[in-house]
Amino acid sequence: MTATAVLYDIPGPKARARNRTVGYLGVVAVLAVVGYLGYRLAATGQFESRKWEFLTFEAIQLLLVDALLATLSAFATAAVLSLVAGALFAAARLSDHAWLRAPATVVVEFFRAIPVLVMIFFGYFGLPSVGIDISTFWALVIGLTLYNGSVLAEILRAGVLALPSGQNEAAYALGLRKTQVMASVLAPQALRTMLPTIVSQLVVVLKDTALGFLIGYPELLLVTRTLGSQARFDFPIIPVAIVVAVLYVAMCLLLSALANYVGKRSRRGGRGSAVDPAVQARMDDGVVNEG
Amino acid sequence: MNVLLENLDLFYVGFIGTLELFGICGVGSLVGGAVLAAMRVGPVPFLRGAATTYVNLFRNTPLTLVLFFFAFAWNRLGIVALSFFTLACTGLIVYTSTFVCEVLRSGVNTVPVGQAEAARALGFTFGQTLSEIVMPQAVRAVVPPLVSVEIALLKNTTIAAGFSVVEAGRILPSLSERGFSPLVGGLWVALGFVLLVVPLTLLQRRLERRWSVAR
Repeated sequence: MTATAVLYDIPGPKARARNRTVGYLGVVAVLAVVGYLGYRLAATGQFESRKWEFLTFEAIQLLLVDALLATLSAFATAAVLSLVAGALFAAARLSDHAWLRAPATVVVEFFRAIPVLVMIFFGYFGLPSVGIDISTFWALVIGLTLYNGSVLAEILRAGVLALPSGQNEAAYALGLRKTQVMASVLAPQALRTMLPTIVSQLVVVLKDTALGFLIGYPELLLVTRTLGSQARFDFPIIPVAIVVAVLYVAMCLLLSALANYVGKRSRRGGRGSAVDPAVQARMDDGVVNEG
Repeated sequence: MNVLLENLDLFYVGFIGTLELFGICGVGSLVGGAVLAAMRVGPVPFLRGAATTYVNLFRNTPLTLVLFFFAFAWNRLGIVALSFFTLACTGLIVYTSTFVCEVLRSGVNTVPVGQAEAARALGFTFGQTLSEIVMPQAVRAVVPPLVSVEIALLKNTTIAAGFSVVEAGRILPSLSERGFSPLVGGLWVALGFVLLVVPLTLLQRRLERRWSVAR
C-alpha cells in the first residue's frame, strides 16, 4: 500500500470529503450487489435447513472427506512429479549439448502452449484407444505434470540465468566440474530465489486438480454434482458448492500465505541469494502464474 | 489426416467457438481488471478493501469451480436466465479480471516514486497522475505479462467445453463419440492451439525485449 500511496497526496479536508462520498457510494453499490445476491439465495430457499441437512449425515461427511483426500492426493502426486520433471527439463535446457537442449526446448514450449485440459483429455480418451488402460487419476496427474513440469522448468531456468556470472566463474576457478557447479553452486541459489514463484505455481496445480471433475475423477466437484442432484436433500447444489468453495479458497490461501512467508524470509536473511534485489523484485512481479 | 478432414465441421465449429469466447472475455477481462486495479490503487479505503477481497477470493478459486457455479447454480437463483455461452463468458471474465488487475497494479508499482511526486508537485489530481504520468510509463512493464494472462485465458476457454459450450476442448470427446481416434485428433487440437498461442508468445517476447529498458 505504501508504494501506491505516492499516487496521491495525503488528503486534505476537501479530498477527504470527496473520498468519503465516493466511499459511501461504493458501500451502497457493493451492499446492493451482495445484498441482492443474498436476497436471491434466501428467496430461492438456499439458506433453509432442509438444504443443509446433508451435512449432518456421517456417510456424507465421510464422502466429502474422501473427495478432499482424492483432491489432495492428485495434488500431491502431481506436485512432486512436476517438480521432478521441471528439474529434469531445466537441466536439459541449460545443457551444453545441443542434442539435449533442442528437444527439451521443443517439449517445454509445446506443453506450455497446449491447454492442460486438452492434455488430460488426450490421456483419458486417447490412450485407451491404443490399448493403454489409464485411470482417471493418472490421466489427471499426467496432464498436470506435463504442463506444470514445463512451467516449473522455465521458472528454474530463469532462476539459474538470473544469477550473477561471478558465481559460475568462481566455481569453475575453484576447479569444480560442470555437474558440481550446477549441483552445489547454481541450483541451490536458483531454488532459493525462485521458491516463492515455485510455491505459487503449486497453487495453480492445486486449483487445476478441479479439472478432474470433467473426466469423472471423484474429487470435490464431482461429489458436489452428485450430492447436488439428490432429491432426498432437496437438490442442495448451491450449499454444497459453497462448502467446497470455502475448502478450496482456504487451501489455496494457505499455500499462497506460505509463498509470501517464504518470499519475505529469503529476502530478509543475510544468507540470501546473490541475485540483485532489484532483479529479484522484477522477477517476483513479472512471473505471472497462469491460472 | 483423415481424422481432421472427415471431421472438419467439428474442428471448425470448435475453434470458432474458442475464438469467440477468447475475444469477448479478453475485452471483458481487460475492462474488469482496469476497474479493479483503479480501485486497488485509489485513495478510497473501502473500495481498496472491496477490490482486494474480490481479487483474493477469485484468484484462489479454481476456474472449474467458478464455471461450475455459473453453469449449474446460477439459473437456480432466478435472477436472469442466461445461455451456457453467456454464463461461461461471465465466469471467465470474473476469474481473469483478477489476474489482469494484479498485472496492472504491479505495473504501476514499477514506475519510480519521483514521477508521481513530480506530478503531484505540479498539482495533478489522482486521476491525472494515473492517466497522464504513471500509466503511459507503466505500459512497458504491463504489456508483456498482460499478454501472458491473455494467453492463459485462451487456454482456459477449453474448460468451458466441459460446461456445454461448443468449443475446441469439446472436439476430443466428440471425436471419441463418433468413433474416430482421439489420439490423432488430440494431436490436431494441440497443433491448433500451438498455432494460436505461438504468435502471441512471440509477440510477448518481442515486446519484452524491446521494452525492457533499464531505469
